Amino acid sequence: MIALLAYDGAMKSVIAENLVKTYRNGQVKALDNLSLDVEEGTVLGVLGPNGAGKTTTVRVLSTLLKPDSGHATVGGIDVVKDPKAVREIIGLSGQYAALDETLTGWDNLVMFGRLYHLSGEQARVRAKELLEQFSLTDSAHRPIKTFSGGMRRRLDLAASLIVRPKVLFLDEPTTGLDPRGRMEMWEVIQSLVKDGVTLLLTTQYLEEADQLADDIVVIDRGQVIARGSSDQLKAEVGGERLEIVVDESDIDAARAVIERIAGASSVVDQGLRKISAPVRAGTDSLIEVVRELDALKIHPLDLALKRPSLDDVFMSITGHAAEEAVDDSAEEPTKKKKGGRK
Amino acid sequence: MSSVKHSVSDALVITKRQLQQLVRVPEVLIFNTIQPVMFVLLFRYVFGGLGVGIPGGYVQLLMPGIFVQTVTFTLAATAQGLAQDMEKGLIDRFRSLPISRSAVVMGRTLGDGLLNIVVLVVMGVAGYIVGWRPTSSLLHIAAGFILLLFFGYALSWCGVFAGLISKDARVVANVSFLFTFPLTFLSNAFASTTTMPKPLQYFAEWNPVSTMVAATRQLFGFHNTFGVTAHSYPSEHPIVTSLFYMVVLMAIFMPLSVRRYKSANRR
Repeated sequence: MIALLAYDGAMKSVIAENLVKTYRNGQVKALDNLSLDVEEGTVLGVLGPNGAGKTTTVRVLSTLLKPDSGHATVGGIDVVKDPKAVREIIGLSGQYAALDETLTGWDNLVMFGRLYHLSGEQARVRAKELLEQFSLTDSAHRPIKTFSGGMRRRLDLAASLIVRPKVLFLDEPTTGLDPRGRMEMWEVIQSLVKDGVTLLLTTQYLEEADQLADDIVVIDRGQVIARGSSDQLKAEVGGERLEIVVDESDIDAARAVIERIAGASSVVDQGLRKISAPVRAGTDSLIEVVRELDALKIHPLDLALKRPSLDDVFMSITGHAAEEAVDDSAEEPTKKKKGGRK
Repeated sequence: MSSVKHSVSDALVITKRQLQQLVRVPEVLIFNTIQPVMFVLLFRYVFGGLGVGIPGGYVQLLMPGIFVQTVTFTLAATAQGLAQDMEKGLIDRFRSLPISRSAVVMGRTLGDGLLNIVVLVVMGVAGYIVGWRPTSSLLHIAAGFILLLFFGYALSWCGVFAGLISKDARVVANVSFLFTFPLTFLSNAFASTTTMPKPLQYFAEWNPVSTMVAATRQLFGFHNTFGVTAHSYPSEHPIVTSLFYMVVLMAIFMPLSVRRYKSANRR
């Protein structure tokens, strides 16, 4: 297979160009000229609220859905022209754990192994490996329906890794999981990333993209509205903020120091005794403030240089908070139109 | 060549999955067999008195009727199974695998066919206990059962299509049942068609369930007194008509189902 060499010479494992997908005879645009790419061995986080087109993107790239127009390759193979070859090199784990719930974890992995055309023996060996890798060996012979949400997702992920895919698609891998399940899932994904898998991951959790992805594209209404590393996106939104918590009696004095050094007005939260102000010089400003406060014998109880969160990023790009557009169903076109937008 | 081999082995993996399900959840198999056996007993003893003048009694005509009714319900079973797989996202996963586009639906229909073998055997034994005695040769009896299995298999393909276009397993099971249940009664399965109102009689004569029942009665060595007076083509040539129906059903629904599967999207 010919690997496509992209413009900057880096190998692009996934390329999507001007994808368009409409539902209901064109009434609803799920993808509106969406383009993105994933460099080999990196993680791209596709971030957006429900109904933004994340799942549709994954479905097109994993050959489940044909785009109305546009062009996409995975591992250099055209997803529309040669879907079968694409299926040989990808792994897909969707929003729901797509497993046979009446069967055991073992049964499921062996079945999927056989469907990837491993021999019976190979399928069993691989199932054993994966169960160990995902700490599911003890539960291997229990029906999936007795599994916790986190265990199901791990097994689902394991099933998508049977043939060590070149490109892995994870569609909202932690949606619906409790915090513990989410942390476990993150650990698992991080270990995969360390092994060098090329990953396209969709999420509506800004923190998740921040944690797991090298690059992030922010999508909204089927379009990419921003792209960059987490740091770049944050920098685009604005600089850092200095936050200091002091004793109540020191608030006024500390505030004067901070405003002088920041060269900007501060915001004071009396209840939390927190003073915050935007700073341009980052850590230098921080050090300066500490020195001056020390000279005045003011001891900060807490001190931090905060960079904007991806929540701030989303807000500043789309004009609405990420949660605001959330509704129940990601792919239900009629509901999508009603999504909470101004 | 290897792609043909893969298609077959992929389908068999799917079939094996269904058999594993039966082992893990034996209730499914139990209920699948209890219901027809219950029908055998109810009809045998409630309507048994109707068989005055039928050689061997009502049960001889009843058994083929219940056999056909039972395999007719395969349609609903297949539809429900596939709709469930759609709901759970399993079809999505299968579609993302490098397997042939027909493997999943082939495997499913084969699995439902194998289940029918078990069910027919249990029913046959129950029928024997309550007095059913086929009078034809073993070869004819075997042919009767093979015909029943094929009929179930052909209907299974209608079920595949219904399951794939539906988005809800419970709804599709109910709708299929609502469709097939009257079909099994508007037939010669349990009573003579010649006593029905004319338009119904016409429908009942051509109903594939009737032709199947008449065909199996014939193969089991009984004179189909529940319709022979009609002298219609299907009642006089039930085997040929039944085979014709099966071929037509499969010719329509096999390609339709495989095509539907290729673009099957949840919701």
